[in-house]
Amino acid sequence: MPKVTYIDSSGNKKTIDIPNGLTVMEGAIQNKIPGIDADCGGSMACATCHVYVKEEWFNKLPKIEDGEQDMIDMAFEPKKNSRLSCQLVVSDEMDGLIVTTPSKQT
Amino acid sequence: MIKIDALIVGAGPVGLFAVHQLGIKGLKSEVVDNLDKAGGQCIELYPDKPIYDIAGIPECTGEELTKNLLEQIKPFKTNFHFNERVQEITNEGNQWIVKTSKNKVFSSPNIIIAGGVGSFEPRKLSVKDAEKYEGKNIFYSVTDKNKFSGKKISIFGGGDSALDWALELSKISKVTLVHRRDQFRGAPHTLNEIKKLEKEGKVDIKTKYQLSSIEGDKSIKSINIKNDDGKEIKIETDYILSFFGLIMKLGPISEWGLNMDKKTIKVNTENFETNKKGIFAIGDICAYPGKLKLILSGFHEGALASVECFKRARPNENYRFQYTTTSKDIQNILGVKTK
Repeated sequence: MPKVTYIDSSGNKKTIDIPNGLTVMEGAIQNKIPGIDADCGGSMACATCHVYVKEEWFNKLPKIEDGEQDMIDMAFEPKKNSRLSCQLVVSDEMDGLIVTTPSKQT
Repeated sequence: MIKIDALIVGAGPVGLFAVHQLGIKGLKSEVVDNLDKAGGQCIELYPDKPIYDIAGIPECTGEELTKNLLEQIKPFKTNFHFNERVQEITNEGNQWIVKTSKNKVFSSPNIIIAGGVGSFEPRKLSVKDAEKYEGKNIFYSVTDKNKFSGKKISIFGGGDSALDWALELSKISKVTLVHRRDQFRGAPHTLNEIKKLEKEGKVDIKTKYQLSSIEGDKSIKSINIKNDDGKEIKIETDYILSFFGLIMKLGPISEWGLNMDKKTIKVNTENFETNKKGIFAIGDICAYPGKLKLILSGFHEGALASVECFKRARPNENYRFQYTTTSKDIQNILGVKTK
């Protein structure tokens, strides 16, 4: 099962096994990872599952769509490597992915 | 004091259908919502996105669903209290006394919380001192544009609100529009207008920049904006307008002493009552084993809650389960005639 590591804004790390097909957001919610709110439940409508993706991973991920980019405009402190974790569907290629959560979501 | 059989908190699809379920049982309900219109997330977050899982409706948008629900509850002539939030509750015997942010007072044996993920509020700027200047030099909506006449305005955001106000205010003030990337997501016509104004030197556009700090004492004097490479620019500014959409906050309800599970309220699945008698939670805001955050689940939850609401509002009457297809009582209430 692919492993995804979540690092919070103070540097605390948690690595979780996430079955293929779940999103990085769902993996966080099901494992009670703090720092990801996901208020809208994954309908790409709220930007509260915002994460930063480690540089080396950012270009390997499926390309960001306009709708996601538009929502990231609304996110708390967006950066170049911002993604919405509800749009990152876990697959074998994503084994080892590292994401950092912002200091808050709203 | 407004006396009713049930107060519904939230005018989203689930709150609207709760009006229906209460209404066909002869119960009078009124609805409070912090937004300025009905529809909740359907209208605020995805008015144009199609929904495919409403039973019997293969495809509809959030806006269409809201319109149809409002049509469905027309016979009940429901009062809506928009731009208002429920604040505190007290208990008087069998009744809940509910105060709103506009000091309206309701007395009702039942409160149905259909609040989704909470009430919508503008997403606020997080830089230092943003709070201090809020309402004075920083605004998240515009009520009186004349205040900005002849002033230096920095507008933040990349959507329609930011673009529309940049266009409008460029006629009377010196506008700088700041957005974190070089693509805007406004209507094409607005985008063309803005580009035209930029060429004419009537609007200054700074893209790939974000607000980094505010300088001033009693009022704002200037702001600094920073790009991804760390380059910083200072912009003389009298007013900041920020348009980063809405967030959802549960607000005062979280202090009502209800059993909570993170941002949701625990209910039983028999009647969707919370740990407090006469307070119900339905739709996305309620929590129980197996809960699905679907509109269709919220409809079911409202139907079951309305039965318990009837028992509390009409303690001396027996509840009778009736079908809309055959019940003369319901058809009278709906004002429809059948053969």
